[in-house]
Parts: sequence; C-alpha cells; structure tokens
Amino acid sequence: MSTQALIYLFVGISFALYIGIAIWTRAGSTKEFYVAGGGVHPVVNGMATAADWMSAASFISMAGLIAFMGYDGSVYLMGWTGGYVMLALLLAPYLRKFGQFTVPDFIGTRYYSKVARTVAVVCLIFISFTYIAGQMRGVGIVFSRFLDVDVTMGVIIGMAIVFVYAVLGGMKGITYTQVAQYCVLIFAYMVPAFFLSMMITGNPIPQIGLGSTVNDGSGMYVLQKLDESLQMMGFGPYTDGSKSMIDVFCITAALMIGTAGLPHVIVRFFTVPKASDARRSAGWALIFIALLYTTAPAVAAFARLNFNDSVNNTAYAEAPAWFTNWEKNHLIAWTDKNGDGVMQVAKGDPFKGAPEYTGETGAAGEQAVSNEILTDNANEVYVDKDIMVLANPEIGNLPGWVIALVAAGGLAAALSTAAGLLLVISTAVSHDLMKSTFKPDISEKGELLAARVAATCAIVVAGFLGIYPPGWVAQVVAFAFGLAAASLFPAIFMGIFSKTMNKEGAISGMVVGLAFTFLYIAYFKLWNPDANVAENWLFGISPEGIGVVGMVLNFVVALVVMKMSAPVPAHVGQLVESIRVPRGATGAHAH
Amino acid sequence: MSEDNPDTSAAAGAYWKKNIRLLITLMAIWFVVSFGFGILLRPFLDQFMLGGFPLGFWFAQQGSIYVFIVLIFYYAWKMKKIEREHDLDD
Repeated sequence: MSTQALIYLFVGISFALYIGIAIWTRAGSTKEFYVAGGGVHPVVNGMATAADWMSAASFISMAGLIAFMGYDGSVYLMGWTGGYVMLALLLAPYLRKFGQFTVPDFIGTRYYSKVARTVAVVCLIFISFTYIAGQMRGVGIVFSRFLDVDVTMGVIIGMAIVFVYAVLGGMKGITYTQVAQYCVLIFAYMVPAFFLSMMITGNPIPQIGLGSTVNDGSGMYVLQKLDESLQMMGFGPYTDGSKSMIDVFCITAALMIGTAGLPHVIVRFFTVPKASDARRSAGWALIFIALLYTTAPAVAAFARLNFNDSVNNTAYAEAPAWFTNWEKNHLIAWTDKNGDGVMQVAKGDPFKGAPEYTGETGAAGEQAVSNEILTDNANEVYVDKDIMVLANPEIGNLPGWVIALVAAGGLAAALSTAAGLLLVISTAVSHDLMKSTFKPDISEKGELLAARVAATCAIVVAGFLGIYPPGWVAQVVAFAFGLAAASLFPAIFMGIFSKTMNKEGAISGMVVGLAFTFLYIAYFKLWNPDANVAENWLFGISPEGIGVVGMVLNFVVALVVMKMSAPVPAHVGQLVESIRVPRGATGAHAH
Repeated sequence: MSEDNPDTSAAAGAYWKKNIRLLITLMAIWFVVSFGFGILLRPFLDQFMLGGFPLGFWFAQQGSIYVFIVLIFYYAWKMKKIEREHDLDD
C-alpha cells in the first residue's frame, strides 16, 4: 500500500474512532456537558488532561524549537511541566472541593461579585481564543502537508470533526475522545523516537540515549559531539544558551504559573469525583505529559546531530532523500551562495524571510527561491523547525505506516486541545454570562442549548481565524501563558490561601495584571516590533517572560487595595474554610 | 459549618497548618530543582557529568520533570495520611 493511502487510512480510522466515542458518550445534562458528570476516574482524567494540554505546538514544533535553541529550549520543558506541581499542590484540590463548573464560578462566588466573575470571563475568553486559533491552523497544516489537501479545506474538515464531538458530547464526549487521542499521539511520537535513538546511540530509550555515546565509533557522547560540531560550524555550544539568565528564569516562571492558571486545564480537575482525586489526577497527567516532554529534548538533539552530519558539506546531488522530499513540501531550501554545488550550514539566515519558491530548479537541481540572498554569512540552508519532527520517520528509514501514524498523531494533538478550549469558551458564555449573570431564570435545557450554540459559534470563529490567520495570532499565541499568570492565577490563589482578600483587591489586581502584561506584549510584538531587543526590555525580561512581573503587580495591587477597602463578608470566611478541607465534597452541582 | 462544632474547627485548623508546612517544603524542592539546579546554578553544575549529560543541563531538560512527578504523588499520599489522622478525608 502506498504511504499516501496509509495516511488516509490511519487518519480516517482515527476520525471514525473519535466520532464513534462521541456518539456513544454524548451529554444529556449540563453537568455532563460541563464536567462529564463529575465521575471521571483520576487516571482517565490524567490521560485526557495530557491530550488536552499537549497541542499541535507540543507535538509538531517543540522538538524543532529545542533543536535550534539548545539549552534555552529548557524554558518549555520545565515551564510546561512545572505548572502541574502548582496545580496539584495549590489549586486543583480546593477548586474541586468548591464543586462548581467553571473558573469564573469560583472567582465570582469567592469574591461575591458579578463584576469579578465578568472580569474572569473576559480573561478566559481572551486567553482561550488566542490559543485555539493556533490549533485550527495546526490542523490545516497537517492536512496540507500529509494529505495534499489545502489549508482551508483542512481547517473545515477539522472544524467538522470537532463540531461533532464537542457540541454533541460536551465534556463527557471530549474526555473519552481525548483518552483515545492521547494514545494515538504518544504512540506516534514515541515510535520514531525509539528508532532514531537506536540509530544514533544503539540504545532504544531516548531519555537514556541522550546521555549515551554516539555509535559511530568515535566514543563521544551525543551532547559532546553536538557541541563540537555546532562550534565548528560557528554556532554556540548546544548545552549553553544565548538568553540571559534572568530571561530564562522569567520565561520558565511565566510558563509554569500560566499553565496553572489556564482555564481549560483547571476545569479538567472538576471532572473527578473527589478533592483527593484531583491531586492524584494531576500526578497522572504529569506522568503522561512527561513521557513526551522527556523524549522531546532527545529527539531534538538526535535530529540536530543527524541534520549536521547528513546536510552540512554534502553535495546537493548526494542530499538525503528526506531533504529533497521536504524541499518539495517547502519546509527546507538551499541556495548555492558560493556556487560549489555543496550545501554549507552556518550561523545566520541564508536569505531574507521565508522561502518563495519559483517553481524552477537551480543549477544543481534544487528548488530555486526568489528571495534576496544575504551575503553577510555563509549559511546556505533554510530549515523550517517543524521538520525536526515531521521528517523523523524518513530520516530513520521507517516504513510508510510510521509516517501515517505521525500525521494521525499531529491531528490528534491539535484536535484534542481545540476541543478542550472550545468547551471552556462555550461554558463561559452559557454558564457564566447567561445563567449566572444576565439570565438566571434559564432552564437546564435552555442552558444546555445555549452551551451548544456557543460552542458552534466558537468553532466557526476559531476556524475563521485558522483560515485567515491575522499576523498577530502566531505572535501572541505563546503569550496566553503570560496573561493567565498575571490575571487568573493570583485571583484563584489568594481566593484559597487568604480569608481576607476582598472583591475590590481581587478585581483591581486582575485588571492591573492583565493590562500591564497585555500592553507590554502588544508594544513589543505589535506596535513597535523593531524595539524588541534586550536593551529596551524592563529588567532585561522579554515579552515571553513579562507575565511574572504582571503577576507580582497583581499581588501587590490586590494587597494594597484590600487594606483600603471594606473587609470580606462573614460567609466568605466560611466558604474558604470549607474548601480547605476535603471532607464533604459532593459532586459538582447545578445551582 | 465548622464553627458550629469546635472539634471539627480545631481539627481543620491543625490540618491546615500541617498542609501549609508540607506545601512550603515541597514548593521549596520544586524551586530548587528547576530554578535552582536547572537555571541559577546550572553554570556551576555543568562542570559535573551524569553519564553524557552536564549535570545542570540534565536537571533543566530531564531531572526536574522527574522530581515534579515524585513531588505530586508524595503530596497526594501524605495529605491522605494527614486527612485520616484528623478525620477529614473525603
């Protein structure tokens, strides 16, 4: 069977599986739609959380980013796992004990204020939409690269699939499809990683292979060899970064705290039966996530090593098959600056911007580009970082079904995250805005219908953003974390650990944290991107890490305003006392 | 509610104190392995090797993640124990 036919088969089977599960587990009540009835086993929820969490970016792009960032890539590895410790220890069990449906539910009730609830809804929608547009784009890209369908059609197919199981199944349908999606994506990630590790080090476990010697007879360790080859090519060593220590520190912290404050992750812990289950479930989620996150740095190093060995100083006529294959897919390009017919890899950009292929072939048979050549460096090769994951099956000479598996895995990662995000957006509209704020007399049936209509609208908007991505989506998608860290996390944290924090403090904290972080990011990313260099940054902190400063501001403003305003009403103290002890947790209830 | 029953209220207070103490210990470990070993002390630790890994680099890309998992399961286990002692488990 041809590779193309296998890809259609694998993707088709996985889609049929997701839709089958959705029909089988469709939601009949708001409780099932919002929190899957509150009876999900902690291990199952852990697996669903892992799929929810690991997006197209984690699956397709992260290893490639690390491959080219080296040590600096650690910000993603620690940042996107360390947040689960904060979730399990500081937030999840208490929010589960509180026992309602949404993050704004908690903020609105704890701070006895519709204004606080509405501010939380605004933060939530803002964070979730920036995130989801990237996912729909990811779906479109996987379709176009593996299935020869154009991006628009790919996004529409993706929207249709998510529509069926998110709108029909709600949280209940999403939970069980995410379990299936986790299995598909982790299998698809690990199989090429095993083979790559085996090929390069002789040890099939990537986590151990990364610390082993290269089996080329040199006796050098993988990282040692990588450092050496990169330095010979004019790069800095792989195990040393180029970001300043304070920036690495702040980006890591912003990603960790942001993870703990992301609404679509938090609500997953509302679905388990008890507060103690929420703790265990976070542990299981991290195990399932760590499987991919400890493999990614190994894949990164292996792929970079392989890239250096097989591309640098190789005549184009002898380029490996994967190079020419992905050249046709426009993920890699070579321009022969010195006219020697040999590919040289070095520091710097080969030409300005992303490659614009002319459709013709150059002197050595390469796909020619029309970009302006940059002559201030010797680098001749352009690489889209995603290739470090997408081309792995071919680099490892793996059979066609592995390539098909990677395509299905990439789609599983994008769809599972998109569905989780759609759910929190629709819940925020139907539950927090309609039921709790503007139309409290709505019936259960009406609320369920509203949730489904809101989910449908959110899918259409997300799909539209995926098809016509405004320039800023790619720029700001990583900043959802900074915004979550600066707005929602402090409000939830103080709501649990302080009995005296009042609504005035919490609201002004959220507003100041969100506004400061948003303006800082928008200034450097949208209004004045030329100024986005370390000399202009506040304390040398890049826009990626500024959420930490926003969080500190949030805490300070909240505490100062609290001192100057009325104390909390008595019933709030009782609420805080009751969420602090696990006994008496009931299922999430309608109210 | 807890204030109606002084016994439960006292138990809840003692339980919360133990929880906070445990949280501070575990969050300190969380900070040390990631921000400490993986970032602030990395240049120093990188002079030691763990197999083929410079030690600081290993903490940043592997070790801290393993410690995170252990921290969560230890917390879940220890809290369950504390809750049983105070008769507050769910």
